[in-house]
Amino acid sequence: MRPFYYERAETAVGAVASSGPGTHYLAGGTTMVDLMKLDVQRPTRLVDISGLEGGRYDFIRWDGDALRIGALTTMAKLADDEQVRRRAPVLSDALWLAASPQIRNMARISGNVLQRTRCPYFRDTSYAQCNKRVPGSGCAALDGGVTRHHAVLGTSDQCIATYPGDFAQALIALDAVVEILSPDGPRSVRFADMHVLPGGKPDRETMLKEGDLIVAFSIEDAAFPRSKYLKVRDRESYAYALASAATALRMEGDTVADVRLGLGGVATVPWRAKEAEASLRGGPLDESALERAAQIAFAGATTTEENAFKVDLGKRTMVRALLETARMEG
Amino acid sequence: MAQDYTPVPASKDNMGKPVARYEALQKVTGAKIYAEDLPVPGRPAYAWMVTSGIAKGRITAIDDTEARAIPGVQLIVTHENVGQLGKLETFANGGLAITEVGPLAGPEVHHDGQPVALIVADTFEAAREASYKLAISYAEESPTATFGDAGATEKALGDINPEYEPIRFNDAEAALANSAHTIDAEYRTPIQHHNPIELFSTTAYWEGGRLVLHEPSQYVWGLKHSAADLMQVDADNVRVKSPFVGGAFGSKGAVTHRTALAALAAKRLGRPVKLVAMRDQGFTHSGHRQETRQSVRLGCDANGRLTGYDHRSWEFTARTTPYYNGGLDKCAAMYAFDAVRTDEYVVQGDRNVPTFMRSPAEVPTIYALEAAMNELAAEAGIDPVEFRKINDTRVNPVNGAPYTSRSLNQCLDAVADSFGWTGRDPRPGSMREGDWLIGWGCSMAMYPTQMGPSTARLIVRRNGSALIEVAAHDVGTGCYTIAAQAAGERLGIDPQRIEVRMGDSRLPPGPISGGSISTASVTSAVANACDRIVEELGLSSDASTDERAAAMAGMSEPEIEVLGRWTPPGMGEDALQAMYDGGVRITGGNMDERTMFAFGAEMVEVRVNERTREIRVPRIHGAFAAGHIMNPRTAHSQYLGGLIWGIGSALHEATEIDHKRARYTNDNIAEYLIPVNADIGEVNIVMVPERDDEINVLGVKGIGELANVGTPAAITDAIWHATGTRIRDLPVRLEKLL
Ligand SMILES: Cc1cc2nc3c(=O)[nH]c(=O)nc-3n(C[C@H](O)[C@H](O)[C@H](O)COP(=O)(O)OP(=O)(O)OC[C@H]3O[C@@H](n4cnc5c(N)ncnc54)[C@H](O)[C@@H]3O)c2cc1C
Ligand code: SF4
Repeated sequence: MRPFYYERAETAVGAVASSGPGTHYLAGGTTMVDLMKLDVQRPTRLVDISGLEGGRYDFIRWDGDALRIGALTTMAKLADDEQVRRRAPVLSDALWLAASPQIRNMARISGNVLQRTRCPYFRDTSYAQCNKRVPGSGCAALDGGVTRHHAVLGTSDQCIATYPGDFAQALIALDAVVEILSPDGPRSVRFADMHVLPGGKPDRETMLKEGDLIVAFSIEDAAFPRSKYLKVRDRESYAYALASAATALRMEGDTVADVRLGLGGVATVPWRAKEAEASLRGGPLDESALERAAQIAFAGATTTEENAFKVDLGKRTMVRALLETARMEG
Repeated sequence: MAQDYTPVPASKDNMGKPVARYEALQKVTGAKIYAEDLPVPGRPAYAWMVTSGIAKGRITAIDDTEARAIPGVQLIVTHENVGQLGKLETFANGGLAITEVGPLAGPEVHHDGQPVALIVADTFEAAREASYKLAISYAEESPTATFGDAGATEKALGDINPEYEPIRFNDAEAALANSAHTIDAEYRTPIQHHNPIELFSTTAYWEGGRLVLHEPSQYVWGLKHSAADLMQVDADNVRVKSPFVGGAFGSKGAVTHRTALAALAAKRLGRPVKLVAMRDQGFTHSGHRQETRQSVRLGCDANGRLTGYDHRSWEFTARTTPYYNGGLDKCAAMYAFDAVRTDEYVVQGDRNVPTFMRSPAEVPTIYALEAAMNELAAEAGIDPVEFRKINDTRVNPVNGAPYTSRSLNQCLDAVADSFGWTGRDPRPGSMREGDWLIGWGCSMAMYPTQMGPSTARLIVRRNGSALIEVAAHDVGTGCYTIAAQAAGERLGIDPQRIEVRMGDSRLPPGPISGGSISTASVTSAVANACDRIVEELGLSSDASTDERAAAMAGMSEPEIEVLGRWTPPGMGEDALQAMYDGGVRITGGNMDERTMFAFGAEMVEVRVNERTREIRVPRIHGAFAAGHIMNPRTAHSQYLGGLIWGIGSALHEATEIDHKRARYTNDNIAEYLIPVNADIGEVNIVMVPERDDEINVLGVKGIGELANVGTPAAITDAIWHATGTRIRDLPVRLEKLL
């Protein structure tokens, strides 16, 4: 590691006030410390926010069908929350199927949504080429690299790194809103707008600005007892998704009244398949409708030889998730 | 389904007691028993090994000005100032060096991750920080990564080893041509890394002119001699301590660059130096299982009797050091073939040198043979268990040497019984549950019975306790436990009252812990020591254990000490001397007069999701027969680990390589996948009693590398049975089934 200053913030306002160039927040540290050890992240100052105001940002609160979750809630706590498991299982599933118990006990949900890609060329500084790590240096993955785990949706000719997280797919599917305390005061953004496509600037992953502190996630309508997260991966646990789907359904008889679809493991950012949802809404959930929706969801895919299978797998994952969600009660 | 815990396995005929591990308490309480835990005299300095980020080229300049300026940095060693180190031979030439290229030997870079500098500082953090400031410039060249890449060069084994002879047993071509059914297939196996949890560490310090090394090792006497040669001191002035090893699987047998680098730094600084290769560095530091291609043609007649067998294999190895495993002679001994032809090749590229990894030759070659056996059985319409029985043999068909014992058929019956194989519908796709397709598959497991010379010092005391000292190694297998059992059973002493010391080069030499030779070799030397004690006590060799115990209690001296020595049948005294000199001598398996192998049979059930194609293994059963089982409890653990390893080797494990840069990309244990708990369901092990009095004193066959051989063939056959798709390229990842 390189030397850095460490301090513990007492209040959210204090944390934001202490921000500046080279300063980063430290929540559970499972992404940050990992990347510091790899020399990928080089903060000069870490502001530890894990204990802000005696747990003020560690909460899960229902108000009717609206749900608000404190940004510093651990993955484990939210995954285990009885009401969340019953009323919005997709949120709980996506956390349960992520990482390991040890990591879930440490990690906070704000840190979780901001985790960085697992692209090997990003995580190893001995590779000269990586536009995300060193803007303008090129992309080792696209230049003859190993790409089995890379994205097929939302890519650019500068970067095809996969957004690796699971929970973000559930948040995007349920139209979550991110509550932020910034140096200029509080503001809110749609979770769907927080991450930005790599385009020509893959080093910029979110619209968050220096000092922006996530304080909570809110979901106006979180009552989706018929929802789930399906994660397809190389082993049964403790592996990132090759393809995943966060699904939520409301049926009126055999007709889809509302459907939500977040896709993971296949895209550069948390991915909402809006057009595919639209094609299903108001119709039956049969194989042909699902097949059509899957075509729509992956219509814009770009692939390499090694990750081409993700288009087929992504479609199958999405269809299977919707069928299994349809079989749930609710 | 899976139980929460495994009951202690019962002893059957020709098995010892299922006693708990000697170090069980220490292990479950996290006691400091590993090399890196040992105390050092004084404040150590910490070394960081800087490794190349390119696979081929040369260092053109090194600027260490900024690195030296970091407070606490004490020493920076590069090829420019390393000085003269001694030269070690590689395995092929009778030495233990992992590579022909010495540590920091020059500016040339031969592979990714080659150590290019050592930074030593007062703290680990300072050494690490200095590593960011050390500016190394390279002239980079385009490297060759693996099979099929530009610049890969092929050689027949005969071209690198004049003693190698391919098998030409009868006319395989004609036999194949006259077969009723034939298979012609190519199988591929991937790069794999051992990834022991205990990292590759070395702590070195000098006490006057004497060097002490704390380094996890599978051969402390070999390491002692190698370190002496490297540092150009007398071997008597080197001591290696490695009391327990936290996993090795072959990766801690060879001598890597870090030993000399740590010893050199400790010498220059006059204080202990601690050096640990990080997890990613471990991928290029201490070898791997090399990727292979196996081309198999196999035929049988209308009754399922095997005719011709033609097997060719290609192993990918290093340009600098053409390490290879070979092993097709063992495949040729497995069944009653009429005619066999083998050819073996290496293909070289710009890679680090491979090394032994658990059943090095057997894993890829037997996978190919067993997969072909399953395919041919299906082709001939014969149940694969029956097919193996039809082709059982009592001799190695190539040279006619009889097996000393062979219980493959008993194992097949035992596993079929435990698994419930009968009634299997042979048609692919015939079983399903909900959205999951189900398939069953089977294979043989085998491993040559091998041994090496060993000594063992035994001290028995009038108070009824004893001490065994031998520089053997416990890599997690239970070697301390069985050494105590071997003496306890012979002398009538409770093993709990026998202290055991291993893993220290000051002790009398024991063999390399490789080739599954430890139990057979060490217990034979311990048995020899017990015989000497009996003699010293003036008892006849057939005295009962009660008489022996009584004689010890009545000893006039408080203790007697003897040195047991054992050399395997057919090996001369010079083999023992070679071990004293740090050499490796192993015999067994296919021999001119006798054929010595342990066998097993495995059956698995796989489930494949109909839509998304994930492959899961809810149950696996194995039956094994391996002569006298010293301890069914530690044996069970070896078989269990082997079967789980086999599942990983079929479905999970593979090191990914960047073809353009010849670099491993998943060099961490988040992305280098091995099975986790959730991947393992029911594992059932049947130990089939077997007796073999011809192999060694106690009739012991090595079992550490038995259970993971063949498993991938059982799994790929089960996948075919579930889906109708034959996958011949490991590991089987779901995209191969889409
Ligand atoms: C081996 C391994 C396997 C994993 N597997 C999975 C998996 O399968 N699925 C999955 O989804 N994840 C997985 N993860 C990722 C893991 O979930 C994340 O590392 C974790 O959720 C990050 O949370 P944290 O609190 O530790 O974040 P930190 O490391 O503390 O922070 C991460 C980033 O978020 C910023 N940050 C944190 N909180 C705030 C805030 N309130 N406001 C503004 N910025 C903030 C930090 O500054 C930092 O940049 C895995 C991680 C590892 C190491
Ligand atoms: S895909 Fe993105 S993260 Fe990976 S090497 Fe290319 S630019 Fe870097």
